[in-house]
Amino acid sequence: MASIKELSKQPDLLVGGHRLCGGCGASIAARQVLLGARDVEVVAASATGCLEVSTSALPYSSWATSWIHNAFENAAATITGVEAAYKGLKAAGKIAQDKEIKFVAFAGDGATYDIGFQSLSGALERGHDFVYVCYDNGAYMNTGIQRSSATPHYAWATTSEVGKAIPGKPQKRKDLTSIVAAHHIPYAAQASIGNWKDLVEKAEKAFATPGPAFLNVLAPCPRGWRYDSSMTIEISRLAFKSKFWPLFEVADGVWTMREVKEKDVIPVADFLKLQGRFAHLFKPTPSPLLEQIQQEVDEYYAYIQRMCAAHS
Amino acid sequence: MAKITVLAATGNLMVAEALRQAEPDVVSAYPITPQTTIVEAYSKYVADGRVHTEYINVESEHSSMSAAIGASAAGARVATATSSQGLALMWEELHIAAGMRLPIVMANANRALSAPINIHGDHSDVMGARDTGWIIFIAETAQEAYDNTIISFRIAEHADVQLPVMTTLDGFITTHAMERCELLDDATVKAFVGQRTPINPLINGDKPVNHGMFASLGGAYFKVKHAERDANDASLPYIKEIGDEWAAVCERPFDFIDAYECEDADFIVVVLGSATGNVRTVARELRAAGIKVGVLRIRLYRPFPYAQVREALKNAKAIAIMDRADSFGSQYGPLGLDVRTALYDLPARIPTRNYIYGLGGADVKLAAIRQVFDELQELAAGSLDEGLNYLGTR
Repeated sequence: MASIKELSKQPDLLVGGHRLCGGCGASIAARQVLLGARDVEVVAASATGCLEVSTSALPYSSWATSWIHNAFENAAATITGVEAAYKGLKAAGKIAQDKEIKFVAFAGDGATYDIGFQSLSGALERGHDFVYVCYDNGAYMNTGIQRSSATPHYAWATTSEVGKAIPGKPQKRKDLTSIVAAHHIPYAAQASIGNWKDLVEKAEKAFATPGPAFLNVLAPCPRGWRYDSSMTIEISRLAFKSKFWPLFEVADGVWTMREVKEKDVIPVADFLKLQGRFAHLFKPTPSPLLEQIQQEVDEYYAYIQRMCAAHS
Repeated sequence: MAKITVLAATGNLMVAEALRQAEPDVVSAYPITPQTTIVEAYSKYVADGRVHTEYINVESEHSSMSAAIGASAAGARVATATSSQGLALMWEELHIAAGMRLPIVMANANRALSAPINIHGDHSDVMGARDTGWIIFIAETAQEAYDNTIISFRIAEHADVQLPVMTTLDGFITTHAMERCELLDDATVKAFVGQRTPINPLINGDKPVNHGMFASLGGAYFKVKHAERDANDASLPYIKEIGDEWAAVCERPFDFIDAYECEDADFIVVVLGSATGNVRTVARELRAAGIKVGVLRIRLYRPFPYAQVREALKNAKAIAIMDRADSFGSQYGPLGLDVRTALYDLPARIPTRNYIYGLGGADVKLAAIRQVFDELQELAAGSLDEGLNYLGTR
């Protein structure tokens, strides 16, 4: 992988002046991922969402690369259309045979786990050469913090309200990365903006891999998670240290996890308590649901460990 | 000089052949009855190495149009085909394709919309797409579907048009029935359609470009939509010019409308697509009996050729407008609304009757057409009211 010195000299493909919130994880995710393309030309697509509306408000653009937005649920289909055009134009002799272009789609969790799930699955199955990046902030943040299937168990969201009868989102989150891995594509990984080196390495692998590659990048949202915007990277790191967000990859069927060092492990409550969306689990007294969440986090982590052991 | 092969072919085969000859860089394909044999035929062309096309087997019509939009924005010549529920599933993407001003050619096998589910021919699907900003042809025959498809590429990709074009033919009646057809040789068609010269493509351009940007408050959205309206209106002369150019090559006439014996006709039936043959047959009988009748078929549905339609109908005493789709909640069917709009600018008011016919592939028998012409005479005489009528349901 490139050194931080080399990376620092690489031009940003998503430049400043966009209108994302201070401390937004999405732009950090996009910039780190795009570093992984190194110096190869990139065409990007965005699903409708925070990243899209905030970077492309006419007549301004923050994209220093060619970019397309189509709709909410079809970033995957759209970018595979672009990729097919590249192949078709090459076959027609309208593009030089040695011309290399990388294709990448960025979409939030709503656009990926939920409404764009079919489009993503179809694109993966067809085997296009592209990278799909889900910036996962665990809710429909652009429309105002509505729950998605990526929203964690018992989190507050504006469509999974907290009240006397219901203590936040009743369902566990969907394990999208494993579902994507079950498409047996060449490369799928889970990463976080709090572990930049791990993320850029994974992005490099994703871009270098012929065929479909998928990155599920945890990208916290200060507005939706209810924490101070200065805390985004710290919160991302705690997501990893609490084992809430395991950093793993599935490369040609081989599962590998970046384990949390034993001395670094923290209880999941230490990750949750910094976020207002879980405040109801701590006030007035710590809820027994915290133990359940800890158990679910441990179970998921153990599941990834078992997958790594079974597919090494 | 064009070399012509005469063959017995279905409408779908003729559309597939036109697509093969235009040889898009990308075709996105998803099966739906009665369109499927188009994408099946194209799959075979790809498998046999007859075309360079990148053929994408998408997982839905929504993705079919989504991928077509990506491919067209990238700079490729793009085609796809669909029908009925598939066209309905594409609805949001139809607006986006036109709003982004992307040349895409799509064949549609005109078919009923659910519910209840029905796979047969009518215009419910295409009429649902009439306000999406697409240029829309409705073919009468397999031969015309071929001609419309060929010119669609030139129209869509014209520098001053840059709009998606739908080339439609009636489900089963035209898609699946065998007709005598003429296929022009590949070299002639390829010379006619030429290559696409993309404007601001995502790839292979000299600078990064953005497509599909965010236009919120501040008027940008309004300006873009105004430009889209202007582009639609301004496309008519280009459509005529390209259609005429093809007419000179294939030696078949081209116009937005096909007016049969309308000049001196007292009673005119306005109709779309495959039912026209039956209407013309009855008109011929009535003419032989000395009744002055005419038939106006509209070949280009969007942009609607209001001026030509008005001109063709201006001397009639009564007009029947045949709609193979309804527009629930409106006073008339879609064609009824458009034709009456065209007539509004005439100094004299001509009475009309709107007939909804043949939904879900229901037969349109000659007796029903005779009834329509008979009723026109009563309408002109004042012994029958205007209004909307379902023809042959009871």
